[in-house]
Amino acid sequence: MNAGKLIIASILAIATSITVAKQQEPVTAPLPRDSVYQLSAKLTDSAGHPLAWQDLRGRPRVVTMFYTSCRYVCPLIVDSLRAVERGLSDSQRGRIGFVLISMDPDRDTIQALAKVQSERRLDPSRWLFMRPEPADLRSLAGVLGVRYRALADGEFNHTTMLVLLDTDGRVLARNDRIGGAGDAEFLGAVRAALDGN
Amino acid sequence: MRDVRRFPPWLLAILPLCGQAAESPDSYVTIPGGVFKSALRYEDTADGVRILPYQMKRAPVTNAEFLVFVRSHPEWNRVRAPSVLAEKRYLSHWSGALEPGSAAPPDQPVTWISWFAARSYCESQGARLPTWLEWEYAAAADPTRQDARGDPAWREQILSWYARPSNTPLPRVGQQPANVYGVQDLHGLVWEWIDDASALLVSSDNREQGAADKLRFCGAAALSTDDRENYAILMRVAMLSSVEPADATGNLGFRCARDVK
Repeated sequence: MNAGKLIIASILAIATSITVAKQQEPVTAPLPRDSVYQLSAKLTDSAGHPLAWQDLRGRPRVVTMFYTSCRYVCPLIVDSLRAVERGLSDSQRGRIGFVLISMDPDRDTIQALAKVQSERRLDPSRWLFMRPEPADLRSLAGVLGVRYRALADGEFNHTTMLVLLDTDGRVLARNDRIGGAGDAEFLGAVRAALDGN
Repeated sequence: MRDVRRFPPWLLAILPLCGQAAESPDSYVTIPGGVFKSALRYEDTADGVRILPYQMKRAPVTNAEFLVFVRSHPEWNRVRAPSVLAEKRYLSHWSGALEPGSAAPPDQPVTWISWFAARSYCESQGARLPTWLEWEYAAAADPTRQDARGDPAWREQILSWYARPSNTPLPRVGQQPANVYGVQDLHGLVWEWIDDASALLVSSDNREQGAADKLRFCGAAALSTDDRENYAILMRVAMLSSVEPADATGNLGFRCARDVK
């Protein structure tokens, strides 16, 4: 790695660590029983910081699962999240979080996730790329309603799902038909969630 | 010591069944691995899959065993369990949060259990849920053969269970003959959770058409079966693929498995 790349990577890492800290606002009230954050799970963000799943509490978020080596649908998942981002006002954009959780923690290293984030120029103040602990993967998929199966060739057969969570992790809306009629309705739900806050 | 010796040995053997039985170390048997052709033929596993050796609990987890777990893990009693991890019918047949009561006898398999709860129980035992392939591999055996699936008489026997009305009380665990590995009740008692239930991508979704619907499934390995005689397995797959991990039903229980160290 040359010096320039190293510096850029370090700056990116520091920037992300600051923003992740900023994305965590201290919340002390007990979690609602229907909060997905009731699940205990460990993840690592694309700057290499360990996080508890519950740490994502504190702002409305759109959460999805993907994997970086997926050529067909997964880039579309990022596109559909960007479309949501574009559909928001500046003020709404400042309050939302986008979370992409890898379903391929064996191959999706921190570096692989950071690469996608920087290549696609996704603002680290609201985009989080996460690698879950392998033991927690199916549970996380479970609370999000994602079904997946690892194929022999390293690809995954999986359902595609955008999940809108409120500040406390309650599911407000789902979009399992990205690129279709569900998109407009989902964007409406995101806007409503942000304005309700 | 002398008093103890006066007890006949069979009484000592059944004592653990009384009261709150925790799992004993010999609750598990080791199942040697092998190459296995699942009744589910995914495109990527058409030549069979290699099953590594593993251990499986002899019988499904009972109400007594689950009560011990719920006592030591209060977050899993039905009053406290988060609804996102266990729906409202979770353990609803127990008379109280810490009392199975008469509708849930101690040595009956525990049912009305969510996948998350089953998984936590197994974790507390230093174990895990079996994968679908591990479950199916063990369930292919009868008392004398590792793979009895080709025997029409055996298939018939399994299917007769499905014909039994579901409103009759559940039998106790361990009443049926053990299979060649020493595992009991894989058929004929309850459905069982598996770890990768959400990998069984057989739902109506697969068959839907249209561009947006195709995006719901990334990847092309469709699930099919070339073992259409094996209805019992297909019914189980259909059931497991239709439940969500927080769901609980009256005939869905579980057992745990472990890696061989």
